[in-house]
Amino acid sequence: MSRRVPGVGVVGGAEDFLDAGGGVEDDALSPTVGDEQETEGVSYSGAYAAMGVDNSLQLDSFCKNFKVVVNKLSEDEMEFDMIGIDAALANAFRRILIAEVPTMAIEKVFFLDNTSVINDEVLAHRLGLIPLAVDPRLFDDLSENDVPNERNTLVFKLEVSCEKGGPRRTVKSDQLKWLPNGSELPMELRNPSGNQKGYTSFSCSQASLPELSKNPPRVKHGDIIISKLGPGQAIELEAHAVKGIGKTHAKWSPVSTAWYRMLPEVVLLKEVRNEDAEGLAAKCPTKVFDIEDMGKGEKRAVVVNPRACTLCRECIRGGGEDLVELRRVKDHFIFTIESAGALPPEVLFTEAVKILEGKCERVISELS
Amino acid sequence: MVAQESDPVVDYKTLTVPVKSAVDKFDLLPAFLKVRGLVKEHIDSFNYFIDHGIHKIVEANKRLVCVHDPTLFLEYKRIYVGNPTVHVDLVEQKITPQMCRLSDRTYAAPIFVDVEFTKGNQPNKQIEQRQRMQIGQMPIMLRSSHCVLRGKDEAELAKLGECPLDPGGYFIAKGNEKVILIQEQLSKNRIIIDRDSKGRVSASVTSSTHETKSKTVFFMEKDKIYLQLNQFSKPVPIMIILKAMGIESDQEIVQMLGRDPRYGSLLLPSIQECYSEKIYTQKQALDYLDEKAGSTGAARARIRKEGEARKIIRDIFLANVPVSHGNFRPKCIYAAVMLRRMMDAILNSDTMDDKDYVGNKRLELSGQLMSLLFEDLFKTMNTHALEHVNSAYSKSNSAMLDFTSVLQRFSPITQGLERAISTGNWDLKRFKMHRKGVSQGLCRLSFIAALGHMTRISPQFEKTRKVSGPRALQPSQWGMLCPCDTPEGEACGLTKNLALMTHVTTDEEEGPIISVCQSLGVQDLASLSGEEIHSPTSFLVIFNGLILGKHKDPKRFANAMRKLRRKGKLGEFVSIFVNDQQRCVYVASDGGRVCRPLVIADEGVSRIKEHHMKELRDGVRCFNDFLRDGLIEYLDVNEENNAVISLYEHQDKDLNGEKNEVDRKSITHVEIEPFTILGVCAGLIPYPHHNQSPRNTYQCAMGKQAMGNIAYNQLFRADSLIYLLVYPQRPLLTTKSIELVGYDKLGAGQNATVAVMSYSGYDIEDAIVMNKSSLDRGFGRCITMKKYSVLKEKTDRIIRPQNEQNKQILDADGIAAPGEIIRNHDIYVNKQSPKNPRDSSALKDQVYVDSNAKYKGVEGETTVVDRVLLCSDTDDKLSIKCIIRHTRRPELSRINSREERKRSGMEKGGVGGMEEGGAKEQKGMEEE
Repeated sequence: MSRRVPGVGVVGGAEDFLDAGGGVEDDALSPTVGDEQETEGVSYSGAYAAMGVDNSLQLDSFCKNFKVVVNKLSEDEMEFDMIGIDAALANAFRRILIAEVPTMAIEKVFFLDNTSVINDEVLAHRLGLIPLAVDPRLFDDLSENDVPNERNTLVFKLEVSCEKGGPRRTVKSDQLKWLPNGSELPMELRNPSGNQKGYTSFSCSQASLPELSKNPPRVKHGDIIISKLGPGQAIELEAHAVKGIGKTHAKWSPVSTAWYRMLPEVVLLKEVRNEDAEGLAAKCPTKVFDIEDMGKGEKRAVVVNPRACTLCRECIRGGGEDLVELRRVKDHFIFTIESAGALPPEVLFTEAVKILEGKCERVISELS
Repeated sequence: MVAQESDPVVDYKTLTVPVKSAVDKFDLLPAFLKVRGLVKEHIDSFNYFIDHGIHKIVEANKRLVCVHDPTLFLEYKRIYVGNPTVHVDLVEQKITPQMCRLSDRTYAAPIFVDVEFTKGNQPNKQIEQRQRMQIGQMPIMLRSSHCVLRGKDEAELAKLGECPLDPGGYFIAKGNEKVILIQEQLSKNRIIIDRDSKGRVSASVTSSTHETKSKTVFFMEKDKIYLQLNQFSKPVPIMIILKAMGIESDQEIVQMLGRDPRYGSLLLPSIQECYSEKIYTQKQALDYLDEKAGSTGAARARIRKEGEARKIIRDIFLANVPVSHGNFRPKCIYAAVMLRRMMDAILNSDTMDDKDYVGNKRLELSGQLMSLLFEDLFKTMNTHALEHVNSAYSKSNSAMLDFTSVLQRFSPITQGLERAISTGNWDLKRFKMHRKGVSQGLCRLSFIAALGHMTRISPQFEKTRKVSGPRALQPSQWGMLCPCDTPEGEACGLTKNLALMTHVTTDEEEGPIISVCQSLGVQDLASLSGEEIHSPTSFLVIFNGLILGKHKDPKRFANAMRKLRRKGKLGEFVSIFVNDQQRCVYVASDGGRVCRPLVIADEGVSRIKEHHMKELRDGVRCFNDFLRDGLIEYLDVNEENNAVISLYEHQDKDLNGEKNEVDRKSITHVEIEPFTILGVCAGLIPYPHHNQSPRNTYQCAMGKQAMGNIAYNQLFRADSLIYLLVYPQRPLLTTKSIELVGYDKLGAGQNATVAVMSYSGYDIEDAIVMNKSSLDRGFGRCITMKKYSVLKEKTDRIIRPQNEQNKQILDADGIAAPGEIIRNHDIYVNKQSPKNPRDSSALKDQVYVDSNAKYKGVEGETTVVDRVLLCSDTDDKLSIKCIIRHTRRPELSRINSREERKRSGMEKGGVGGMEEGGAKEQKGMEEE
């Protein structure tokens, strides 16, 4: 195994290690399909000290061996290979992406009128789930004692009605209008708390902020159906979006989802020739194998595209087990991020790294 | 052969040959349900009552005559039921079911009579006539012939605020939807041979006619046969009864039973006993019976009249057999047939009747129950009017000598019908009927629950009986009653449900059928001697439990009758059943039999061809055309015994190429669709035949708990509690039944992606770990709507709030505003009552005290006032209904925490397992 990274995520377990004899490099790194090995590594640096293997994480070697290769990158989706990293770290990135990278989402809805079939709570919930194309880094968190201002709150307005006698109407997300000057609603009379006049107190119009005027806040997808109105029904509301993280509610999750899989490794244990080769190639639904002409009418199977393998096990079904072995490379992760739209996926990943960095710094500062 | 062995590969050529496509008869089902609806049996039965039954009742009691003056009378000419209306401020107003639900009214229509009567006490009275005199209000079944929803299409129903998928078949009494459950009963007027509780062989007949209801039991004790009848203080030897009916010769008795010497020897001890009592003549027998007549009470013995025994035998003993002009012969023959069957059973216990056999059962539907109720009330009304007029006559109060004025002033009908339906108590002293729980509030927690409620059959026995017989699945239930749908626990197997295609018959006119039988060669009994009745070459013809006569060629007779039925000359639900063992042909047209449609097959070839189905699909042909053309017929449980029914079109070879054991020629019918043996609830289960059978039964009970949509009008209803799902979905996998009942249009539940890890260590039974993000995104979110009613008494007042504590949500009119968030202790109706309700003169503020309605909610829940309904109830009081809504998301099952269990009293003993369960659940939910 040439791809071995000393020190990073070595063995499935000490027992396996001993059984495997000299095969630390081989078997241990690539759990075969059907094995009950887990992806976790041994984190204790001295775990294999007795055998003369140094298991400690060396920054230098990590830096030397760590590699990121971007395979696909579009506006909202990205796939990249993350090579030479422990599963725990890869998983940490995934979890941070889903639950801890902040975004903006509608949190408070003020209803002036709602005569549609969808009642207030449900409509508010639906509005909350609409992804907003706003850079959350431009905003501050709104904590409990804060007054909503231009730095922490975005205000949208929805005012639609369906004419009496007219056809039914569909309310879509692009009908949400951004109010750069904050809330237009006066504070209710019977609850005059302090000198605050409206529900927000903006010191200036958000439109005057260069970052926002350049790229005015809007919903990411304009065609999301919010509600349907029958003749005579109307909706009038104001929606306030704030910054938050996916851990509190999934609406703040910046990704549709983020996931990874380990790189599959397909190994031919024997040379597979002629009809067997053709049979093997035909068995695989994702065309992992190819036929190589050896001359003299002889053919043999070769693994050409292990990445496409879905580990469906079609090739080892019915006696293929002694020909093919399906393994996974333990420190090679094919990572996919689907952004919900607030930030491009590559930015999301760097944000996630920054958050992990921040966490590490906190641990260090707490310890020292 | 050798080649086959070496090559085990199946011959693909034979396998890939297209299956000879049988005619796909599935389209018949939607057609069937379109004509009949899902609860047609209820509606049919009620229609029969309104259109026919009610006339018969009035016809039987049409004349009221004053005892003192025969010229003072009232005669009912006609009775009819109008359209559903209600009187509001003395104005008749049409009503719709939805109005009744919302305003706590009864959905009822006026009952009118046309009468002829005389009044006053002058000797020559004028006969007066009166049309459309109202005698009461009849609750109307939804979607019945008198309902406003009848024949309306979807748009029209929507205008009336009604859900087009709602099947109807229930009543609305005081705003509550009430179903009259189908009652299961043993056949009336039929001979049942059984062993009684003491193990004696007995033959019993429960007679039921319009005049009398009685139970006649013959039983054998110590080799002698006795009659048990409530009117006789103790069992009477059967021979004495026969003698009392005029058969004095023992030879004739033996002949009537049949000449088999075994019968004679069985009868000998009874004959001997008769002689030991020294009874030889009819007179002696009647005298003997006179003595025994009456209950044991000494007081009754004194006032006993001569000839009472004769009266008992005539009117009560086997009351279903009519005695005309003192001719007891039909009764004698009936008794003889009973004895003969009894002795058959003694000689061969196989001939015993099975009480659990569905063919021996009758289902009593709402029409019959309503008709009993109406008959009782109608008679009460008449007797009351008579008494009134009689007493007025003796007081010579001529102003009161008018039947119509009494009838109009006193009519128990409206009250009586409404009370019975809304309480479910059928207390009819006149018919010795005291039943509770006949009607139940329609379960509206889900659409399927409502449907399942309408097809439920409540049992005849009490649930405490620990016998297994009636609970077991009967083979004769096939196709009639659902094999899966029964509750667990005490009512298991007793409470049943109708299958999808089952029809329950209503009574049919008997006269024409009898004359058809006679013209087809049934020999009248009167012309036959005792000996000839049981001659080995003929079969008895029994019509609705009455012996009509005998027929020489039963097969030909049965075939002729069936042909007439298929031609439509006889009612489609008349059943003809040849019982070879009992040597009888049973013809039945009575109500309450279960039956189902089947495709007729001639020598195994289905009569329905592809072109018929094409016509159906093109809309040229409807289900009734299939019936009319004799392609389909209804068979009841008994007649099914004469049929050979194949599940699918007959195939000469089965899939493995082996010859089919069934001879094609023997097949007489083909099933329309095999899945119709299941009921509505079991029909929701995908691939039920792959499940262990109790799993299907469990699902039948659980399908009703599914949350989702209740009806199209769910947001306009005012039920006391509704659960709705915010995002209900149509199931990804639907069954044919689901499409038929419209469940795909009113989905309940959501399609969840579930990962199952089938390995030990992390398994948790009956629990699920849910993804928090899914819940955030709306999975399993539900709405509960609860109704809070406030009644404003006439003296009460509702006043404008004065910016007080807990009154923020009130509108200027003193009632909560829709859309406001309502919290614990908030007041939703700001009502005040006078301190002294009788003192209505002073209307100062001081005399009023607060009597406002305070909301008791759970702290921390955000509940909202959804709607406020104002209406006046039947007493013209203002009724305010606040519907309060709460949107919930799935929560950690709190019942699993120990404290909660203790509180709800669910904990039984051991604690060990519980802790673990609770911990696991929490652990599961933590993961993002």
